[in-house]
Amino acid sequence: MSDRQVVRIGAGATSPFRTLREIWNYRDLFRALGTRDLRLRYRQTFLGIAWVVLQPLAAAGIFAFVFGSIAHVPTDGQPYVLFALAALTGWNFFSNVLTRASTSLIQNPQLVTRVYFPRLILPLAVVPAALVDLLVTLAAFVVIALAQGRGFDARLAVLPLVVLLLGALALGAGFAAAALAVRYRDVQYLLPVAIQMALYASPVAYSASAVPERWQALYYANPLAAPLELMRWSLLGTPAPAARQLAYSAGVAAALVLIGAAVFRGIERSFADEI
Amino acid sequence: MRSDAASHTAIRAEGLGKSYRIGRGPRASTLAERLVRAMHHPFGPGDGELFWALRDASFEIPRGQAVGIIGRNGAGKSTLLKLLSRITTPTTGWAELYGRVGSLIEVGTGFHPELTGRENVYLNGAILGMRRHEVARRFDEIVEFSGIEQFIDTPVKRYSSGMYMRLAFAVAAHLDAEILVIDEVLAVGDLEFQRKCLGKMGEVAGAGRTVLFVSHSLHAISTLTTRTLVLERGRVAFDGSTTDGLGFYRALQAEGAESPHGYVAHADRTGIHVRSARLHASIGEGIQRNGDPFGIEFELEVPEPVPQLCFSVHITDESERAINHFWIYGDGPAFRNATGRFVVRFDIPKLRLMMGRYTMSVWLNNRATHETYDLLRNVCPFEVTMDGLVRPDYDWSPEHMTYVEDYSWSVVRA
Repeated sequence: MSDRQVVRIGAGATSPFRTLREIWNYRDLFRALGTRDLRLRYRQTFLGIAWVVLQPLAAAGIFAFVFGSIAHVPTDGQPYVLFALAALTGWNFFSNVLTRASTSLIQNPQLVTRVYFPRLILPLAVVPAALVDLLVTLAAFVVIALAQGRGFDARLAVLPLVVLLLGALALGAGFAAAALAVRYRDVQYLLPVAIQMALYASPVAYSASAVPERWQALYYANPLAAPLELMRWSLLGTPAPAARQLAYSAGVAAALVLIGAAVFRGIERSFADEI
Repeated sequence: MRSDAASHTAIRAEGLGKSYRIGRGPRASTLAERLVRAMHHPFGPGDGELFWALRDASFEIPRGQAVGIIGRNGAGKSTLLKLLSRITTPTTGWAELYGRVGSLIEVGTGFHPELTGRENVYLNGAILGMRRHEVARRFDEIVEFSGIEQFIDTPVKRYSSGMYMRLAFAVAAHLDAEILVIDEVLAVGDLEFQRKCLGKMGEVAGAGRTVLFVSHSLHAISTLTTRTLVLERGRVAFDGSTTDGLGFYRALQAEGAESPHGYVAHADRTGIHVRSARLHASIGEGIQRNGDPFGIEFELEVPEPVPQLCFSVHITDESERAINHFWIYGDGPAFRNATGRFVVRFDIPKLRLMMGRYTMSVWLNNRATHETYDLLRNVCPFEVTMDGLVRPDYDWSPEHMTYVEDYSWSVVRA
């Protein structure tokens, strides 16, 4: 064996490239953890797959009642349930990835203290199950929309971009939250509150166009606004966000992933000692 | 590019050290605590003082060598293993491992009760760093080794603990690594299976693989390794042949003072009870060699006279099966129908227990009314080793596990 693998152990930090290569080497672990989560999700519960659909449907129903029937929130001319559900599917994906990534370390202490693997695999591995949930809810949305006589067009093709943006935003924040949660247990209490606030600061229950003109720039500082509006545009044909707003979201997403991963790697070395 | 020396070396460690901060209460675990502390000690050096779990460990292990690591509790064995397994990072020094490293700190890591045996094999394999196709290729072998073929598609939550461990060990035993770092994983499972695992590990050690093996079981160390590192207070106190290493370790044990392998009742405990129990194992620190004298000393507190007071001791094995039962009762003992504090010394001149881990269960009760005054379960853990014994007359099977020659009691008023 001429090119034997050499493992170096030292007090210094490993290079980001090395980390990336290690993650690649452990891709089967990513797959195994992703499969595990999927199996558990769709096997354990009695209603199984139905829950994945029922949750956003219930939320859309509540929104429809509160915002649609009582507050009469403008919906760019769409029926309220479809309007809310279109963005809720994306929102749920975002909040699922973020929430599960943030607890991925503290819920797996036995893995962290007993075996070595690139720790970033843990928050990354929550994505497959969340993606399947997203596909299931999207399918439900399509069925409901078709039942109401709606059609779809080529605009559906931008959905992968939406998923990429939302996923990157969630993972970036999730990396940092997961690492910080090891050190500070408050994170797991703070995060749900923050996610709840972000829900109302994002165009899910209402349309971004309902925000007064002078607040628009500030409103789109929320990087979730553009991808969620894009999602509704692609599913329902509501007004699309501006290209620069999307570019801004993409920039924030990329920065967040890098910052989140840096925070994670900064604390990573002491995970096993602190968890 | 690589030098000749490196190609014969599997592990090289230079000045490896790991420190933790201890003392001054638990470390801040919430932001609020952190803020409060920062306000109280704005220029403080952080929480507590430094404790070196491992210090300045340097060694080189050639390829294909099987090396044992022994030491008392807290000597730094686990820390060294965790450093070499990359679970935690060193504070000082460095190490290089040349080759694919497989590390087994425990078996069955990541097993999920809801998943089937098959699914857990793949999951656990991936967690141990195996590629999926490697697990697939060895899957049949793994299942066969575990001996639980017919349950492989059953969720492991329905497994007995024995089946669970068999499957877990089977995956671990098929880990294809050039360097294996192993901690105490043999401390599980039934004897038959342990023997099988020892055999498998012997194969591994014999197959040119480098094995680093931490164990409390001196027997396993002497069977499986040729070289031993003895750690003491975070330092490598001995590095040499296993025979010499075990001798060094025993000498270390002998000079050790108070062992943790005893029992002391809570200070505010009242009524008739066992005040304390102290184990006198032949090697020390809860390690007993088969055939050596073995003793336990109990202090009994008897505040009220009971004519039918009975004191009994069980030695129980790992599956909590009582394998010996000794009791003292009747006209003899001084504690009968008397009050005060008594020292009961229980001796077995030649403890002939099979190697393994044992604990004691101790009762103080009333033979007439069956009232139980005190019951201690699983106190005084000890391990019986059979190292250094010629063993042709012992068949390695559970049926030959227990046999005690003679024993005696003595009771005096304290």
